[in-house]
Amino acid sequence: MSSPSLVASRALWSWLGRLDPRYPVSFLITLILVLGEARYGILGGYDRLVTALGVCTATELALSRTVRGRFANVQSAYITGISLALLIKPRAGLLWPFALGGFVAIASKYVLQYRGRHLWNPSNFAISLLVLAAPGSIAILSRQWGNDLATNAVIWCFGLLIVSRVRMLHVTLSYVACFVALAMVRSMITGGPLLAEIAPLTGPMYQLFIFFMVTDPKTTVSTVRARTLVAATVALVEAVIRLAGDFHVAALGPLYPAPPIVALAIVGPLAKVIDLQRERVRVISADGENAAPS
Amino acid sequence: MAVAFLAAITLVVALNRRAERAGVDPAAPGFHFAEVAAQVGIGFVHHGPTLDPNVDNIAPLIGSLGAAVSVADVNNDGWPDLYFTNSRFGYPNALYLNRGNGTFEDVASAAGLADVNRPGEGVSMGAVWGDYDNDGLEDLLIYKWGYLQLFKNMGNLHFVDVTASAGLRQWMNANGAVWVDYDRDGLLDLYVAGYYRSDIDFWHLKTTRIMENSFEFATNGGKNRLFHNLGHGRFEDVTDRMGVGSTRWTLAVAAADFNGDGWPDLFLANDYGPEELYLNDHGRRFILSRVGLEGDSKSGMSATLGDVLNRGRVDAFVTNISERGYLFHGNNLRLNFLPELGRFQQAAEGVVADAGWAWGAQLGDLDNDGRNELFIVNGYVSGDRDRSYWYAASKIAGAYGPVFEDARAWPAIGTASLSGYERSRVLVNRGLAGWSDVASRVGVTDEYDGRAVVLVDLFNRGVLDVVVANQKQPALVYKNSVVPGNHWITFKLVGTRSNRSAIGAEVLVAAGGTPQLKVVDGGSGFASQNDRRLHFGLGQTARVDSAVIRWPSGTVQTVAHPAADQLHVITESSR
Repeated sequence: MSSPSLVASRALWSWLGRLDPRYPVSFLITLILVLGEARYGILGGYDRLVTALGVCTATELALSRTVRGRFANVQSAYITGISLALLIKPRAGLLWPFALGGFVAIASKYVLQYRGRHLWNPSNFAISLLVLAAPGSIAILSRQWGNDLATNAVIWCFGLLIVSRVRMLHVTLSYVACFVALAMVRSMITGGPLLAEIAPLTGPMYQLFIFFMVTDPKTTVSTVRARTLVAATVALVEAVIRLAGDFHVAALGPLYPAPPIVALAIVGPLAKVIDLQRERVRVISADGENAAPS
Repeated sequence: MAVAFLAAITLVVALNRRAERAGVDPAAPGFHFAEVAAQVGIGFVHHGPTLDPNVDNIAPLIGSLGAAVSVADVNNDGWPDLYFTNSRFGYPNALYLNRGNGTFEDVASAAGLADVNRPGEGVSMGAVWGDYDNDGLEDLLIYKWGYLQLFKNMGNLHFVDVTASAGLRQWMNANGAVWVDYDRDGLLDLYVAGYYRSDIDFWHLKTTRIMENSFEFATNGGKNRLFHNLGHGRFEDVTDRMGVGSTRWTLAVAAADFNGDGWPDLFLANDYGPEELYLNDHGRRFILSRVGLEGDSKSGMSATLGDVLNRGRVDAFVTNISERGYLFHGNNLRLNFLPELGRFQQAAEGVVADAGWAWGAQLGDLDNDGRNELFIVNGYVSGDRDRSYWYAASKIAGAYGPVFEDARAWPAIGTASLSGYERSRVLVNRGLAGWSDVASRVGVTDEYDGRAVVLVDLFNRGVLDVVVANQKQPALVYKNSVVPGNHWITFKLVGTRSNRSAIGAEVLVAAGGTPQLKVVDGGSGFASQNDRRLHFGLGQTARVDSAVIRWPSGTVQTVAHPAADQLHVITESSR
């Protein structure tokens, strides 16, 4: 016996599961945008949002028409545009990071390809580029979020719900578990407070990272096991960057403002290339087996 | 497509370089500074507070406040004197008496103003001068991490602690204060800004949960307090009745009539939160007003007032934090459009917006060209040059508030720097052409951790000199040399119906068709108080059309064609 509300919930859950994964993700990032702006003015100016969204969408439409001969769905550009508007915190008055960041993000999908697949999550590529190439012009979101529990809780609840429906919950959980475990290790090595090492996880940059970047279906690898391994590797590379930060390794200084994003930018494409190569080998093997005389 | 992609990346690099180089001005500035502290006999070195060992991990961060400087003519000899605060038990504050011959002498000990940093009493964080009893002698309020202290000037360079009899013996962890006659009764009232909560004794901590609970919207700071001057040397705490008990982390407060209704308002620069403007409702109460400040949450550290665009308005400049790669809060330049639009307009960009980890700042005409320059001091903690705490700070900055509310959860800073060794900024106002940083060209090259800065004509030459109090470092005196040719005029005001110090009085000078407005300072910037004589540069114009004085009492007094290049002492008319 099921109550009407339970039936409705199951129907909604089922419908969510059949949706193009980009729709619930779009909903989630819109929720973050609306919540963050309403409570904390997270954007710092609607011109930033309009610029990022406008450039991302226009670039997507123009390049898809040019390269593929048809206009692409702009869901991905929408997610990228909002991600950039939320994550990039520029020097006062600068709008070009949103414009150039938006263009580079979307263009990277068409330019930086291997075997017809793009390698970087678009916003991950653009933000990493800006962090490394334009540190005098942009910082990455680390505050502007109120540091309160309610906002965190809402985002985490919806985030977990949605990544589970797009079948990426294992990626999020693997990354978070590895991050916490490695935070303990880092705390032991540095002798610093464990809470300080875990603290970033409760911040806005990580919410965007674990629900949008590391779980991007287009740039993740093909099997659950491999995706779990990649998530763990990202956490491991991030831990190395963080340890270098703790020990003031000057050469890696540019990486310290955004360790997880840079770690994903390093690990993600390598993993994707390996995955595509393995897939190619599998296809060749399968073709060979099919072609072989019985 | 690949070409466009590469071009875009190249453009990112190029535009970043341009952004970092913005504000460099090829034109020669019309003034130059020489650092003369040692020559004039000012050898003051600030010492920071020692704290309870429970917060040793971040003691350099917490204990990074307390270097302050304020100006007053304490003996009415016509020469401005300087008071510096120290912040460690046993280390004296200093009162540098201006001998009038280009040198200074520390007379604090003999005056009874030196030995104020004692266990059980707290340590100094700043001081403001004001003649609270209208006897013609400037009295001194020292705000502390500890008990407030009010010293009555008895004359002959002798001061008496009257805190208890004045009803001001309150423990506050305060980092700002301003004298203001909010009810215009002719008696100076006192607004003190609490930073840390007042139940915290930094030498006997009962808890380490003493830090902010949000980096953006914290309201768990010390409560600000308004003390009404009842006359006869007594004050009454009217904070709640007047509605000004903000518990944001106020670091600086300034008072002026922003909306032109004749009543002085309170402008608060809050750390970990938005600025606040309390509009004065005819002395009956203050109203926290929505004037375009509330949605812009940063790390306000200095409330500086000045007429930025020569509109005859009091604008506000608030310093904040900028750190390459980590944080671009940016300073705020709040142009005052309250009378027309009911709000401020943010106008900071380029070098005005990003000046490092900025602390004290002052607006004043350094080249006597008729426009205000900006002098900004900055730098937080200068430790090891090759070890930065920024990465460690970034770990917790965005986290859930109760995590970092506990000081023990913070990573240890050790001997690392946090925005250390930053140079001061001297921004020249080019009018519509914007602002440009000429610090190194005018001889301001120090990398001390600046906190308080005041503008004062130390040697009565018709130019503004600059005095800087540095945290745990020597004070600096920048003697100004202005290229000849520009004219000036200075006013010293003496209140009769208004408070004797004339704090809050406005002078609107019209010369060459350009208005300039200045307000007599009861405390502004960060932990500082400027010379209360109002100095106006006139540029090439030697003729002043008029000077209109609006006294706190409401009296309006007009001086027609006051002579340029001299000091005018104006006493408030009887009606």
